[in-house]
Amino acid sequence: MSTTLNETSQEQLERVARRRRRQHNEQKIVTVLLMAAALISILTTVGVVILLVSQSVGFFEEVSIWNFLTGTEWAPHISPEQSGVLELVSGTLLVAAIAGIVSLTLGLGAAIFLSEYAPERLRRILKPILEVLAGIPTVVYGYFALTFVTPIFQGIFGPEQVSVFNALSAGIVMGLMIMPMVSTLSEDAMVAVPRSLRDAAYALGATRFEVATKVVMPAALSGIVASFILGLSRAIGETMIVKIAAGATPNLTLNPLESIQAMTAYIVQISGGEAAQGSFEYKTIFAVGLLLFIMTLGMNIVGRWVISRFRQRYE
Amino acid sequence: MNDISTKTKIQGSSHSVRLWRDRVFVAGFVMAVVIGVAGLLALMLDVLIDGLPFLDFQFLTNYSSWEPHKAGILGPLGGTLWIVSLTALFTIPIGVGTAIYLEEFASKSKLNRLIELNIANLAGVPSVIYGLLGLAMFVQFLFNGSRNVTAGALTMTLLVLPIVVIASQEAIRAVPSSYRDAAYAMGANRWQVVKSVVLPQAMPGMMSGIILALSRAIGESAPILIISSLVVVAFIPTSPDSAFTVLPLQIFTWIGHQNPEFRGIAAAAIVVLLIVLLSMNGVAIWIRSKYQSRPEQ
Repeated sequence: MSTTLNETSQEQLERVARRRRRQHNEQKIVTVLLMAAALISILTTVGVVILLVSQSVGFFEEVSIWNFLTGTEWAPHISPEQSGVLELVSGTLLVAAIAGIVSLTLGLGAAIFLSEYAPERLRRILKPILEVLAGIPTVVYGYFALTFVTPIFQGIFGPEQVSVFNALSAGIVMGLMIMPMVSTLSEDAMVAVPRSLRDAAYALGATRFEVATKVVMPAALSGIVASFILGLSRAIGETMIVKIAAGATPNLTLNPLESIQAMTAYIVQISGGEAAQGSFEYKTIFAVGLLLFIMTLGMNIVGRWVISRFRQRYE
Repeated sequence: MNDISTKTKIQGSSHSVRLWRDRVFVAGFVMAVVIGVAGLLALMLDVLIDGLPFLDFQFLTNYSSWEPHKAGILGPLGGTLWIVSLTALFTIPIGVGTAIYLEEFASKSKLNRLIELNIANLAGVPSVIYGLLGLAMFVQFLFNGSRNVTAGALTMTLLVLPIVVIASQEAIRAVPSSYRDAAYAMGANRWQVVKSVVLPQAMPGMMSGIILALSRAIGESAPILIISSLVVVAFIPTSPDSAFTVLPLQIFTWIGHQNPEFRGIAAAAIVVLLIVLLSMNGVAIWIRSKYQSRPEQ
């Protein structure tokens, strides 16, 4: 009697041990698979850097980095000497500056209204509506800039003053697109400012506007600055709006009513099949891409550093 | 009385001026919101007015044509469906896997902090750069110059992966640690805890992140412009190595068409695209709000 009991418990123990081993092995396999998935993101970054650097080498053998960065004429299809990227960079920065002004004004205004003035119910309705703006494809914004905004400016300034493709329409519409990003990030920073600081200011007789601008905004400044930097980086990397509405004319100008060409628009123009692979023109897109990558990466790193460095922790 | 007048002197301007300034600026803040909403409305109306005359059932079932009134979006609609299906197939396991690894398996070592930092940076890389990467890595290297839907979907996967990873990480973090502790106390190992406790709890948050990522993949056109480079597509892709175009790319080519009537066609296609995307975003928001009532910590 006792021996049979011992045998069955022995079997049971073995079964449990076997199951444990199987589960242990399963976990080992899964861990390796999950780690492989996580490594794909590292490989992507490595891939981007290797691709851009290795493909630009051929370009920089023919054009010095100095000439590339300081030259003011961009016509690489004519001769490699005319490979001064400033005409493209200025186009990108002109559109980004307009987008930055629009998105900072609208985004910050909306953030202050939503976090300091709007009742909770109104906030719950307005926020998702504004966030729809961030979900609209950029090709649609391009269409809107070209067919709606540009005709308005042509009506105001006269058609001979305003080019069909211009930096102003593209910049304004891009600002509208980036506005929810600026407003959400700024509002998050402002909502995090503790109630007690506001109450203290109200107790001293401050108006809502004074509380918002002299207490809340300074306390939330890092979030606001970061939202602006990240928004600008987004504007610099945006492609379809500038491709559709800002033109394809490399142009070193500050006049937003003229046609320009942004770096991104140049890249899709050439890579979309206009230049033969291996030609000098084809190499230029990787040099421009590398510069674009460095600019946006730099701004993103600074933006996130500002958030983490200056985030005040309130108890 | 005396007290108040001293105070206003200290603050430099009278009470009424300050109140007046307050009102002016409130009006400014309200204007910012109004302009944002008005911009959205103007965009929708612009597209609807231009596009509705071209929008009928045939528009969905015809292929692109040189005649604006016969042109339809069947080809790009098929391409978009292929792209979004394949992207989902690649993105969901990799994205969710990465998030699980980072949140549940990885120790807080330097390598894993590097991975997290790296994902945050990838989210900010312009989409054209992904297009260049896809062209070199998938089209030229992997598929020997074939500009097929799989190359497009793989490129889109890299592009939207950070969105899925970050949303999934947040969803996993929101699962209370007491749930995990209870499962561990019953003798479950790490993978069992993840499989049967964490994942089911985090599912709604992950789903809304995945839907948002896929709607980004549907709306994005810059990388596909580089990868596909097809202007007219009069077929639905039949296999993973078919050539293709997608809806936003078709819209782009119609906007640039010499015949201005094609702008109306582009607007009609935009209406279709927006209906698809807005309903996807709506579902994502609905899922998030329905399941947001988090269990007590």
